[in-house]
Amino acid sequence: MPLLEIKNLTHFFGGLRAVHNFNTRIEPGEIRGLIGPNGAGKTTVFNLTTGVYKPTEGQIIFDGQDITGKPPHQIGKLGISRTYQNLRLWGNLTALDNVKIAFYGRIRYGLLGAFFGINGRYEEERRIDREARELMALLGIEGYADMVVSGLPYGIQRKVEMARALATRPKLLLLDEPTAGMTPAEMEETMEFVLYIRDTFNLTIWLIEHKMRFVMGLCHWIQVLNFGEIIAEGTPQEVQNNPEVIRAYLGTAVT
Amino acid sequence: MQRSFELPSGLRRWYARLRAAYQDVPISAWLVGMLAAVLVEALIGRDLAYILGLGNLPSFFGLSLIFKKWQLIPNILVFIAVVYVIPALGATYLVRKLMARLSGRGLTWLDRLPSWGYILFNLAFVYVILHFWASASDYRLLVLRLLGVNIILTLSLNLVNGWMGEFSVSVAGFMAVGAYVASVLMVWGFVDDNVFGPAVFPASWAPFAFPIALIIAGAVTAVTALAVAIPSFRTRGDYLAIITLAYMFIVKSSFENIDFLGGARGFMGQPKVAESLLVVFVWTVLAVWIMYNYVTSTLGKATSAVRDNEPAAEMMTVNTRKVKMVAFLTHAFWSGVAGGLYAHIVGYINPSSFGLVKSAEILGMLYLGGLNSVTGSILGTVLFTMLSEILRPLKLIKWMVIPVILIIVMIKRPRGLLGFQEIRLPFLERRAAKADEEVSHAPAGD
Repeated sequence: MPLLEIKNLTHFFGGLRAVHNFNTRIEPGEIRGLIGPNGAGKTTVFNLTTGVYKPTEGQIIFDGQDITGKPPHQIGKLGISRTYQNLRLWGNLTALDNVKIAFYGRIRYGLLGAFFGINGRYEEERRIDREARELMALLGIEGYADMVVSGLPYGIQRKVEMARALATRPKLLLLDEPTAGMTPAEMEETMEFVLYIRDTFNLTIWLIEHKMRFVMGLCHWIQVLNFGEIIAEGTPQEVQNNPEVIRAYLGTAVT
Repeated sequence: MQRSFELPSGLRRWYARLRAAYQDVPISAWLVGMLAAVLVEALIGRDLAYILGLGNLPSFFGLSLIFKKWQLIPNILVFIAVVYVIPALGATYLVRKLMARLSGRGLTWLDRLPSWGYILFNLAFVYVILHFWASASDYRLLVLRLLGVNIILTLSLNLVNGWMGEFSVSVAGFMAVGAYVASVLMVWGFVDDNVFGPAVFPASWAPFAFPIALIIAGAVTAVTALAVAIPSFRTRGDYLAIITLAYMFIVKSSFENIDFLGGARGFMGQPKVAESLLVVFVWTVLAVWIMYNYVTSTLGKATSAVRDNEPAAEMMTVNTRKVKMVAFLTHAFWSGVAGGLYAHIVGYINPSSFGLVKSAEILGMLYLGGLNSVTGSILGTVLFTMLSEILRPLKLIKWMVIPVILIIVMIKRPRGLLGFQEIRLPFLERRAAKADEEVSHAPAGD
C-alpha cells in the first residue's frame, strides 16, 4: 500500500490553473523527487498535500486515510511534516522552543494543565524538554538550544527547522528546496544528512530541488512538473535524458 | 548598553564597598529590611516630615513634592535617607549578620519548605510590607489597589498584543462589561436598591459571593468578546485593532443608553467588598500566576509561534484558531475581572470612565514595560502608576511629560524596558531552580 497517493489533483488560483491532473504514489521508505522550472507548481503541490489550500479537484490519500481538505494541523498530526523553501522559523523564540512547540499536537495536559499547572503538566513539560533536546542532539545542534533562533547562522537555522519538522513525528517529510542558498560542499553534507534522518527516523521523503546533482544522487523516482502538469517521470537516468525535460529547462533552439 | 558617565572615584569606592557588603544577601533579609523601613516610617515619618517642613507625611517618598517646591530637595533627600535608606540597609545588614551567625540553622526551615510554601511565605511577607506602607494613608491604599487592577489589565493585554502579536484596544470595553456585570450582581444580591429591589441574600455573605460575581463578570466579558474574536481571526493585521475599537465604543454607548443602569450618570452603591488591600492583592497574584503558567507552558508558547509565522505553526500541529481564541478570551476574561474589582474599589462607575483614555493608559503601561514579559508588564504598570502619581503636581503638563518619557523609552528600547525577557524574582525563583535540578537528575529515557 502506498504511503501517499494523490489522484487527479487539480487546483485553480482564480482563473490560473496552477496544478493540473497531478498523480503520484509514494511507497514507504522512498525518496521521491519533484523537479521543474520556476513557477511550475511544485510548491503548490506541497501546499495542497499539507492542507494549506483546498484542492479544486482530486483526492489525497495518506496512510489509507482521505485527507483532502483537512486543515494542516490535523494533517500534521496524522504524520506529514515539512520544511520551507524560505525558512519559516519562529524568530523571537529560542531554538529549543521552536522544537518544543512542534510537540503541540501530542500534549495531553490540556488548557487546565496550562493554566493551573495540574494534569501532570510539569512531568509532561519535562518529558517534552528532554525529548526535544535529544532530538536536537541527534541533529548535532543541542549547543544552540537556548539561543534565540533569528540570531543563529543560516545552516543551523536549517537544521533547527528540520528538528522542528521531525518533532511532530512524521511518517512523510516534505522538503522544499533543502539546499537553497548552500555551497556545493554544504550540499554534499545535506545529502548525507537527508539519508541519515531517513534511516534514523524511518521516514519517507518527498523533496523539491533544483540542484540536479542533489536530486540525481538521492531520489529513487523523479517527477518533472511544468506549467502544473507532469511532463516526465522515471528514474534519475531516464529523466535526465528525456528531451521534454531538457526542453522545459533550457527551451527550444531557435530555427 | 554602555555607560556614558563615570562616577567620581570617591563615590565609586563607596559604591563598590556597598555592593560588596550587600552581595548575595538572601532575599528574606531584604524583605526584613524593607519591612524595617516601612515601620520606621510609621513610627517617625509624620514627625520628621513636619520637622523638615515637608508638611504631611509624603505619600510617594516625597518625590512629588519636588515638583511643588524645588527648594525642599535637600530636606526630601534627608527624609528619604533617614526614613527609608538607612533603616532598610541597616536592618538588611543586621539580619544578614544574624543569619551568618546562626550559619543557616535558624532559617533552614525556610529552605526546607516546599516550593509553593516558600513562594507563599515570601508573598505573605511582601503583603505585610505593602499593608503597613498602605496603612499610612487612604490615598496610598487606593493607589495600591488600582495598581493591582492595572497589573491584571496590562498582563492580560500583553497576551494579545505581545504573545499573540495582534493589536487590541478594547481593554476599557472589557473592563466596562466586567464592571457593570459584577456591580449588578452584587447590588442585586446584597443591597436594597430601587432598581433591583431589596437584597436577596444577607449582606454578610457579600465578601464570599464577590469572587463568584467576579468570575461570572469575567465569563460574561469573554462571551461578548466572542463577537470580536469570531469574525476578526480570519484575517491578520489592523483588522483586530479596528474591530476592538468599535467594540469599545459600542459597549460605552450601550451603557450610556441603558437607563436602569443609570445611563451616562453612572451606577453606584456597590457593597464594600474590595476595601481591603488583601482582596485585590490575592486577585492580582492569582491572575498573574495563572497567566504566567499559561505563557510558560508549551501550549501557551504556541501563541508566539502563531505570531511569528502562522502557516508554519499550523503545519507543526498547532491549532492556530484555538490558540488565538484562548489568548483573546483569556485577555477578555481577566479584563472583565479587573473591571469588576475596579468598580468595587471605586464604588461608583460611569461609562465615561471606560473610554479610549483608559485603554491608552493600559497600552502605555504595556509598551513601557515591554511585550512578551510577565515581569515587564508588572514593572511597566508600577513605573507608569508611580510616575503618574509623582508628577501629579504638574497637573496638565504631566500629560506632556509622560508621553515624552514613553517616547524616549521607545527610542532607547523599542521593545519596552523588558521586552521579550524576564527578570528573575528571587522570592519566586526557587521553584525554577528546583525544577532544573529535577530535570538534570531525571533518568534518561522514559
